[in-house]
Amino acid sequence: MIALEKVTKRYGSTTVVDDVSLTFGGEGVAALIGPNGAGKSTLFSLVGRLLTADGGRVLVDGRDVTTAPSRELATTLAVLRQDNHVGARLTVGDLVEFGRFPHCGGRLTATDRDHVERAIDYLGLEPFRGRFLDELSGGQRQRAFIAMVLAQDTRYVLLDEPLNNLDLRHMTDMMKLLRRMADELDKRVIVVLHDINFAATYADRIVAMRDGRVVADAPAREVMTAEVLRSVYDAAVDVREIDGRPVALYYS
Amino acid sequence: MPTEVLTGAPSATGAAVEPRAVTGWRASWRRPVVRLAVLGAVVVALVTLYLLTDVPGSLAFALRIRSLTVVAMLVVATAVGVSTVVFHTITQNRILTPSIMGFDAFYLLISTVVVFTLGSTSFLRLDPLVLWLVQVVVMLAFSVLLFTWLFGGRRRSIHLMLLVGIVLGTFFRSFTEWMQRMLDPIDFQVLSDAMFASLTRPDPLLLTLTALLVAAGCVALLPLLRTLDVLTLGAPAAIGLGVSHRRVVMALFGVVSLMVAASTALVGPILFFGLIVANLAYSWAGTFRHAWTLPTAVGLGMVCLLGGQLVLERALGFGGTLSTVIELAGGLFFLVLVLRKGAR
Repeated sequence: MIALEKVTKRYGSTTVVDDVSLTFGGEGVAALIGPNGAGKSTLFSLVGRLLTADGGRVLVDGRDVTTAPSRELATTLAVLRQDNHVGARLTVGDLVEFGRFPHCGGRLTATDRDHVERAIDYLGLEPFRGRFLDELSGGQRQRAFIAMVLAQDTRYVLLDEPLNNLDLRHMTDMMKLLRRMADELDKRVIVVLHDINFAATYADRIVAMRDGRVVADAPAREVMTAEVLRSVYDAAVDVREIDGRPVALYYS
Repeated sequence: MPTEVLTGAPSATGAAVEPRAVTGWRASWRRPVVRLAVLGAVVVALVTLYLLTDVPGSLAFALRIRSLTVVAMLVVATAVGVSTVVFHTITQNRILTPSIMGFDAFYLLISTVVVFTLGSTSFLRLDPLVLWLVQVVVMLAFSVLLFTWLFGGRRRSIHLMLLVGIVLGTFFRSFTEWMQRMLDPIDFQVLSDAMFASLTRPDPLLLTLTALLVAAGCVALLPLLRTLDVLTLGAPAAIGLGVSHRRVVMALFGVVSLMVAASTALVGPILFFGLIVANLAYSWAGTFRHAWTLPTAVGLGMVCLLGGQLVLERALGFGGTLSTVIELAGGLFFLVLVLRKGAR
């Protein structure tokens, strides 16, 4: 379980995460939605120990992230951020091997190599493993980073806007992949999404944030109503049922 | 089906390219160990050339003097090469050198202040050990202070630290220049000798001390080699992979400061060729792994220093400074390398 207890984070006098209490880890895929500046990425940074909270605490499987050994946490929790720029020239294989660092400290054993192979295989990156990251397309690079996270072999996987810069097809592939990671590999995936229709289709649970607070937290279907979405985004959203699924129409 | 969905997409860069098939000597040339061995052979050849050729008198005497210089070169090449590569990794920036933290500027400032206040006669009569110790301690104290102030506290910003380092460095430089302008010409003459790195005739005691400090720094880095590799991914990714970023960076920075302070105090401002050496090392090693880039940087540093010293002594008859020779040759080589890379 990832438990946030009354977590608060301020930048100067602005409160970006305001007394948030949440628990993740019960369901396969949880989507975190909300307008820009709602505090979603900050929340992820607090869980991923990139930032320290000004109040409250974050527990991963009962251990406080600020005090638990970083290496051990990295074997249960993986965080992939939005911007993954790497200055050095790395190949896909090198990158995925880094996912094993928390387990082996960089000295790969047979088990580690096995994990690397499976992660590369799972994302269909075999043809690209010798390629440098800067020679890949956006979608391929994104998959390479997901493979690294997969090789890390953690129960919890946090992904901050993994659909960024992906085309229609790659977005769908990515969401299907996350679904499979949850269903086949028993991962707990928590993902920040902007497209609420993707959230509604692939997530079990949607947590909506606004102004640093959680304003809705329910199974996907319950969040997909015109009233809830209006209160989250402060914009008129029409929700229609198409083939038995709620679809938000926000193009006006 | 799912795998097909994932892999089937024809990417913008075209169909998946197999890693270029290479065989024979080309394949082995790609291996970092082969490249490092070739570099090592070049260094050994240059050392032999430097030690054994152009001996005017007794060979034994020349060897004694010259081997001290070679050791000094090795110490300096190690300090500069290692510290610059580590600094690049910490800052995620390959166009910086630790000199941005004001090491060189501070060294010059201290020398100038001593000459300014005591005069050149006392400066020359000063025990070199005392001067070395003062230089090391002051440089180390300055960099550690700057670092803990701007990185150890809540701010934790490497960029802010670099910015403050640049501003202070510039301030020290102008202050130094101002003092030099008011110096007696004879004092200035003495001082200007200290302003350029000189590797010939190092003080054996100071050389030993510096070598010990630099060696200690290298040993401290050994267990951190793989962590350094992870740091190339950047701080957030490294933290995600379980690196205690602040602690590790503090330790690395301490090692860099120690190495640079000790060797600068020994031979003078030497960081100028770090940039060339480190970037050449990345190209030459052909890998991001520090287990290869660090020794490669040291080897290339040796080639630069030995080559530069050979040109300076044998071709120019000491008619210049080592930094000019190295920067001219190294800069040209670097340019060639960059342009060739770009064309590929």
